[in-house]
Amino acid sequence: MSILVDDDTRVVVQGITGGEGKFHAGQMIEYGTNVVAGAVPGKGGQEVHGVPVYDTVHQAVEAEDADASVVFVPPAFAGDALFEALDTDLDLVVAITEGIPTQDMAKVYKRLSEVDTRLIGPNCPGIITPGEAKLGILPGNIFESGNVGLVSRSGTLTYQVVSNLTDRGIGQTTAIGIGGDPIIGTDFVDALELFEEDEDTDAVVMCGEIGGEDEEEAAAYIAEHMDTPVAGFIAGRTAPPGKRMGHAGAIVSGSGTGTAQSKIDALNDAGVPVGDTPEEVADHIEDFL
Amino acid sequence: MKLHEYQAKEVFAEAGIPVPDSQLAESVDEAVAAAEEIGYPVAVKAQVHVGGRGKAGGIKLAENEEEAREAAEAILGMDLKGYTVESVLVEAGVDFVNELYVGVTMDRGEGKPVAMVSTQGGVNIEEVAEENPEAIAREHVDPAFGMHPYQARKAVYDAGVDREHSRDVASILTTLYDLYEERDASDIEVNPVMITSDGDVIAADAVMNIDDDALFRQPDLEEMQEAAYENDLERKAGEYGFDYVRLEGNVGIIGNGAGLVMTTLDLVDYYGGQPANFLDIGGGAKAERVTNALDMVFSDENVDSVVFNIFGGITRGDEVAKGINEALEQFDEIPKPVTVRLAGTNAEEGMEILNTDLVKVEKTLEDAVQRAVSDAEEVNQ
Repeated sequence: MSILVDDDTRVVVQGITGGEGKFHAGQMIEYGTNVVAGAVPGKGGQEVHGVPVYDTVHQAVEAEDADASVVFVPPAFAGDALFEALDTDLDLVVAITEGIPTQDMAKVYKRLSEVDTRLIGPNCPGIITPGEAKLGILPGNIFESGNVGLVSRSGTLTYQVVSNLTDRGIGQTTAIGIGGDPIIGTDFVDALELFEEDEDTDAVVMCGEIGGEDEEEAAAYIAEHMDTPVAGFIAGRTAPPGKRMGHAGAIVSGSGTGTAQSKIDALNDAGVPVGDTPEEVADHIEDFL
Repeated sequence: MKLHEYQAKEVFAEAGIPVPDSQLAESVDEAVAAAEEIGYPVAVKAQVHVGGRGKAGGIKLAENEEEAREAAEAILGMDLKGYTVESVLVEAGVDFVNELYVGVTMDRGEGKPVAMVSTQGGVNIEEVAEENPEAIAREHVDPAFGMHPYQARKAVYDAGVDREHSRDVASILTTLYDLYEERDASDIEVNPVMITSDGDVIAADAVMNIDDDALFRQPDLEEMQEAAYENDLERKAGEYGFDYVRLEGNVGIIGNGAGLVMTTLDLVDYYGGQPANFLDIGGGAKAERVTNALDMVFSDENVDSVVFNIFGGITRGDEVAKGINEALEQFDEIPKPVTVRLAGTNAEEGMEILNTDLVKVEKTLEDAVQRAVSDAEEVNQ
């Protein structure tokens, strides 16, 4: 079992004719993902990797019965593309695009509260259920099917931790990159809730980073509601206050909130061991299993 | 992107927010001439992106020509928390009876902008927020509608602003919100808004930070950025299009992806070294970006050794390896020892291509970091 995506998921790729969209649509198909349509305004009637392209998401969903979309649309137009996806009654929208203006995302976030669709991202690597489907840009070959769930704010850090697990023969149910922006759809608590409900997930890795209070909220949720054991990692212990560390959301404010230490303390208080290195995170997971 | 006070005040004045008379000066003579024209008293204010300028000696008051000259001589060229002051804003002194705080920022937890007003302006508002949060009136704004006029009034009344000034303060808040939205600000604030002895309401300071991701639709603000780089290395990083932050240590770090680069910094610290920088070369990095990244860390004189850590998803290990070889083959002697660790897509091909006469290669992140830390220690012995 898994959460959110499997080999029945029918995927429309928004921006499938662009460089990134085309390349990764191909990679997704190669991995076995059920990519049924592309959506690009003005490109309706074309085919990419043998997949039909439609002018609108509505048309794509209607013709191909898609239930999820992956968004590779450039940042200036991504807010609009997300509104289009959210207005189409999909179950899941995964936004890969990096660099969407924050105020555009605030409007999308407001719309999100009015619909039943789940959003993952933006500025994220996507979601993968090993051996079944990947929606996004994660390198499929490092993942292996298994019983550990993973949720992370960062792409390449996810790959690092996953390879530490896979190298020891520890596979994954599903891995979700929730994204490094200040405003995102699915957050840690949402993802943890899904893993807690999943019978096949026996342990969860949570990779956080400096900025915001999502990790603290996750710690409170874990303490209250979770029986599945969780191990953590927090990036940015050495980040100076007031400097944005790559991700728009990764910034320690002047007053000292959002620091790595406050997140590590909160997780430890919730009984979650936090590794000093990615290798130590894998040690903790091995102990749980 | 941060605007300087003088830049933000230009934007505010254009939008109709009252600001004191002021002129920018880059030399002592210019500053004195500005003071003479504006009339005394004046405030001479350092234009640098550093918080707490006043306490650090970056703001001085002058009652006459002699004091104006002294103030400008003291401030221009001074080192303020690591940054050299290259210009000052000479501004008409305001005789005030009260100082307020007014600002708008994004509440990321709520996913909504929040407008804030406090009668405890003039001091560090973050301290007020921590010690006496009720002293700040907050009003969340639905970004689909913008701020309703009643919300500006409500924030001002809730904060307890005097009745006779409430209309003017609400008007400043309304204009700030409009600017926040129209100009894609991430933070915008006036601290303090001064109530003068004549009963006028005036914006005595100005903070305006712009969402970097929205600069593509704010071309006139983007033009101001040239003046706002903090040092030559950050300017260079901007030209190369890297996410870069300079730190205090001596182990140079290059990697891909913000979370993994932060982790590499943390591991340098964990293994007893000190990170010199954060440098994210981003996804899909090709040979030229690799060359540019090495140029960045080599041109930082603090750097004694370099760790290059790539986990390929979109980025391909063989491309990176080619870039590293090309960059290093240009040197007769490698300026600083470089340790490389490649993983993920095409990592094995990359490892085979790497010229091990020029770089050291490690298989795991932990080993690569420890190698770079011990290289840096050796240089310093």
